[in-house]
Amino acid sequence: MDLEDITLISFGYFDEELLKKIAPDISREFFYPVKTKSGNLDLSEFFDPSRKQYNGTTLLKKIDTEFATDHSKTLGLFSIDLFIPILTYIFGQAFLNGRIGIASVYRLSNERYGIKTDEKILLERFRKEAIHELGHMFGLIHCSDPVCVMRSSTYVEDIDQKYHSLCPICSRQLKSNSTDG
Amino acid sequence: MARKISILIVDDEESVRDSLYNWFIEDGYRVACAGDAKKALSILESDPYDIILADIKMLGMDGLEMLRRIKSIRKESIVIMMTAFATVDTAVQALKDGAYDYVTKPFDPDDLSHLIRNASKQISLAEENELLREKVVSLENVENLVGSSDAMRRVLKEIESVAQSNASVIITGESGTGKELVARAIHANSPRRFFPLVSVHCGALTESLLESELFGHEKGAFTGAVFNRKGRFEMADSGTIFLDEIATISPKMQVELLRVLETKSFVRVGGNKEITSDFRVICATNRDLKSMVEKGLFREDLYYRLNVVNIHVPPLRERIEDIPQLVDYFIGKYCATMNKPLITLESGVLKRLEEFSFPGNIRELENMIERAIVVGNGRKITLKDLPLGKETISTTVESLEDLEKNHISHILTKYSWNISAAAKALKVDRVTLYNKIKKYDLSQR
Repeated sequence: MDLEDITLISFGYFDEELLKKIAPDISREFFYPVKTKSGNLDLSEFFDPSRKQYNGTTLLKKIDTEFATDHSKTLGLFSIDLFIPILTYIFGQAFLNGRIGIASVYRLSNERYGIKTDEKILLERFRKEAIHELGHMFGLIHCSDPVCVMRSSTYVEDIDQKYHSLCPICSRQLKSNSTDG
Repeated sequence: MARKISILIVDDEESVRDSLYNWFIEDGYRVACAGDAKKALSILESDPYDIILADIKMLGMDGLEMLRRIKSIRKESIVIMMTAFATVDTAVQALKDGAYDYVTKPFDPDDLSHLIRNASKQISLAEENELLREKVVSLENVENLVGSSDAMRRVLKEIESVAQSNASVIITGESGTGKELVARAIHANSPRRFFPLVSVHCGALTESLLESELFGHEKGAFTGAVFNRKGRFEMADSGTIFLDEIATISPKMQVELLRVLETKSFVRVGGNKEITSDFRVICATNRDLKSMVEKGLFREDLYYRLNVVNIHVPPLRERIEDIPQLVDYFIGKYCATMNKPLITLESGVLKRLEEFSFPGNIRELENMIERAIVVGNGRKITLKDLPLGKETISTTVESLEDLEKNHISHILTKYSWNISAAAKALKVDRVTLYNKIKKYDLSQR
């Protein structure tokens, strides 16, 4: 099936305006039109009371069965604290070369770390995180270039250090992945 | 490009396997999963993964038992143990059994990245180390000792049998026969090969310089000693020290050397701290040490301390059959160094080389070939390129007596010690030849 577009779906209490703001950059990086919409999902079934966090692995599977199509790369966007069973938290997760991914703004905001709110920084971090997860969905692995958006980030400080675009090597790899089909 | 590090995840919880799998795949590692220890061991039989990340508590064989089995098969495997129920006892046990690290689930993403990055770095370093070791061994191989004559085979056999021991060795032989190469071959084949081989040319140094060179000195020990300096014995710790031209050292240094060899400890010049060093000693000389002992020129106790094993390197004239091989070796060596195509010998040249006495031994032959490649026409080495017609001056041949001794020895070897034939060739009678053999202490080796 041919890929037609990228779909960004917001879930829960999420400002859909944020999606519209990052859509042009995503489209520019991956050369596909970007659609935005809001999704309906009862998030309580993914809540783990012992960890007080939401299970990203099961959430990912749910989005795959209920929201994904073969014509689109679908990225689910949240404002909840995500985890996967082995890690204490994640910013986002995606299947390498897969059709779905998730990302959350929960740990991207300054106030989470006791710093003054800054909407501009939050938007910047969110843009990078969304492009990063989509990069994985387009077959890109972590990059060693310190400013490439595909650089692995485990802290927000790491996210702040990189650009919201792919480095030349990852760009070439993206083109080659598209050509290979 | 660096190869992909491979990771095997062993956990009976599918969600853990999936999360780790996705995490590492995004990092670009080659990843596989196993749901239990048995499956993991069967995977490892055919594919030795670089890093094994295993849960401790699993149904059937637990992680610790699996760790022990992995380590018994492949000691260098990096196994990281994971557990949701951390106790000090299990952590200590895992580390005692050879685990690389021990982590509690769930991990901080940054800790996991660091852990794997450090383990990968250790793998790359180990591989680099292995590569360098192989290089060192190939550089210092006995293969550098060219020759397949009986005499050379005997030397190689002696090197092989003595290399594994810690015994002191004296290498005797005329100048230019390759005594230092023999010392290097002994070191390169000994368990000390990954530690330094430190060479000291005793003949080139005055007594005080040799003392400072061997034992080192403290700052201010003498004029010019502006820094503390390690001595050669200290540098040779865990390795081998090669003392060339040992017969030239003064009586005072002989006493000091004996003391160091007996105690393996010494004090730097100008210092007062006792330093110990674990070294093996190999000496070389072109003199007859035994007769020097008899004449009182060399200490008997030191002689016996050094002469645990004696390897005699024969002069080139006693292994003429090695000349073609040596010529080929040097042609190959110098053509490669000078970036020239391989050249050959003009007919008749090899025969003349085999007839030549080579008082300077292999060093002389090597210099001759090098010179011929430099001055020759670049296609063939001709007689014109070799200084065989003129008597070459060797560093060892200084007196007429030496010259006479070498010539007689060469002729005797040439005629396989047939006294009549050799006397005829030398144009002397047999009695004279017998007297000369006795005078120069010549014998059929």
